[in-house]
Amino acid sequence: MTESQAHKLYWRAVLRLTAVLLVIWFAVSFGAGILFRDFLDKFSIGGAPLGFWMAQNGAIYVFVILIIVYCIRMNALERKYGIKG
Amino acid sequence: MDQTFWTYFFVITTFSLYIAIAIRSMAKSTNDFYVAGHDVHPTINGMATAADWMSAASFLSMAGLIAFMGYGGSVYLMGWTGGYVLLALLLAPYLREFGKFTVPDFVGDRYYSKAARVIAVVCALFVSFTYIAGQMKGVGVAFAGFLGVDFNVGIAIGSAVVFVYAVLGGMKGITYTQVAQYVVLIFAYTVPAIFISLIITGHAIPQLGFVGNAAGTDVSMLSTLNGVVTDLGFTEYTSTTKAKIDVFCITAALMFGTAGLPHVIIRFFTVKSARAARKSAGWALVFIAVLYTVAPAVGAFARLNFIDTVNEATYIQDAEDYETRAAEIIAQGGKPVPAWYKDWEKTDLVKFDDKNGDGIMQYRGPNAPDGLANEVDPNRDIFVLANPQIAQLPPWVIGLVVAGGLAAALSTAAGLLMVISAAVSHDLLKRTFTPDMSEKQEMRAARISAAVAVILAGLIGAFASQLPFVAQVVAFAFGLAAASLFPVIFLGIFWKRMNREGAICAMLTGLITTFSYIYYFKFINTDSAGWWFGISPEGIGFAFMWFALLIGIVVSLLTPAPPKHIQQLVEDIRIPGQASKVKA
Repeated sequence: MTESQAHKLYWRAVLRLTAVLLVIWFAVSFGAGILFRDFLDKFSIGGAPLGFWMAQNGAIYVFVILIIVYCIRMNALERKYGIKG
Repeated sequence: MDQTFWTYFFVITTFSLYIAIAIRSMAKSTNDFYVAGHDVHPTINGMATAADWMSAASFLSMAGLIAFMGYGGSVYLMGWTGGYVLLALLLAPYLREFGKFTVPDFVGDRYYSKAARVIAVVCALFVSFTYIAGQMKGVGVAFAGFLGVDFNVGIAIGSAVVFVYAVLGGMKGITYTQVAQYVVLIFAYTVPAIFISLIITGHAIPQLGFVGNAAGTDVSMLSTLNGVVTDLGFTEYTSTTKAKIDVFCITAALMFGTAGLPHVIIRFFTVKSARAARKSAGWALVFIAVLYTVAPAVGAFARLNFIDTVNEATYIQDAEDYETRAAEIIAQGGKPVPAWYKDWEKTDLVKFDDKNGDGIMQYRGPNAPDGLANEVDPNRDIFVLANPQIAQLPPWVIGLVVAGGLAAALSTAAGLLMVISAAVSHDLLKRTFTPDMSEKQEMRAARISAAVAVILAGLIGAFASQLPFVAQVVAFAFGLAAASLFPVIFLGIFWKRMNREGAICAMLTGLITTFSYIYYFKFINTDSAGWWFGISPEGIGFAFMWFALLIGIVVSLLTPAPPKHIQQLVEDIRIPGQASKVKA
């Protein structure tokens, strides 16, 4: 595999990873916290309606996890394709 | 030791600390001054970014806004944190790989155009000045409210401190003072929150108290609160009357605006590599999340506490002796107005208007079942400011909260100053009008523009307090960053075919449409019935962002592709280590 081929494959993998994480980003905030809040509010987490809690607390925790996963996966991709950063 | 002593103690100690740090980290080159030598540790930068980002609005106003708006306040919580996911995944690592000093730097080089650079400078300056005026005003309010200093003198003191460390230290000085400011502000925010959570729910961790039961009962804190507010005629705390599309658009405008704000982006130029920039964005969000997950709990507790202590309390006139009258009221089985309320009345942040003349304070919503009119009008900032007193915490906690609010305002002001000074000395002078100036001259220009910007910001802050629309102007900053800067940076990285013509058209489209819409519906016709698709001025930046993206793509496709070396540059910034290798 030449360097430029590796770069191409790497970039494709980066785009795929970014897209997957952004879908989750959208689902937990705009999805759970806004669009489907009324439905989720039928359930509860502790003493809080689930949709409301996602909008005020839950989404933020998921955001943090998303960036951590992104860092770990990106480091792995860079190792795989021999990119030294 | 009384409250004034502790307030002076904390304010003087923290201010001296900031200046001492600045003197130790003097900038010696433009590299130091603009980007702290590109070698800040990712965790340190994350902490500095958190302080840079969390302003007087986050510290003082947000919990109060949530207390009033309930679920409606979620737009701030999601909007001001979700933007970091966009920043980490879409912008920060690539901009760092590009490896220059400023946001207009990227726009100017990527789109091989001085015109594009100058338009980006205009956007950056506009966004930063609107934002900084609010910070300086916050400094003035904190000084006036707690230390009895004149509002304008307060602004002058704040400006002087920022002046010393921003002008001397540049980005390097700011980075390390921001770290100190983060520690001060997060401590000042969480300590009162923990005490209040213990009082209201019995949980020491506010995030657990938020979903827990009200202390001593088996009913959840939030359903108790829902019951209390609906009984008084307010909308249920966990719902909203706002249209879904508007909640959606405001949240999105705040997220994309966050990602496009120049003072946040430049923080990621200070780390070593693209990999460090990713990591740093993660740390920044962790540090921000500490405050942002506590804020909704503080908001809910504060609302409950406020109603509990103030509603139906018997008012005590200023002329009466508070202690004796309060004892009398209690003896008659009544509830006297709390002492903290009387304290804060002097600042006009809480107002009581005895409409039915019964001497009792009725706090009511618009649909009160008993038909009574509302007589109590609290300012939203009161909830964070008075929290320690409501919870009867020791006086040193109050001093700490003041120091925390000042830290939040000053750290953000300093970050904005860097954007302004670099935009003038680097983008306008060095890269556009006087390219042959030496590094030494550029440094001097940077310091002078930082100094002028501090004075201007102070004046705007002092002047803006006379104008009613300071809060409204913040909508400009986020909307414009989302609609004008985000699309060209994003397309510049992810679409090689994007060219100069497309970028210029996209920036102008986003800038002009968003500016006009906000200006029209904030200042000319404030009737919300005229909003397009029910989208408020706060949320419109999101809609026009898509319009700007579309215009940018269409215009690019109709005009020639960017030159080969630019397409190569885009390829290089996508691969960590590549762009810096090419340059070397």
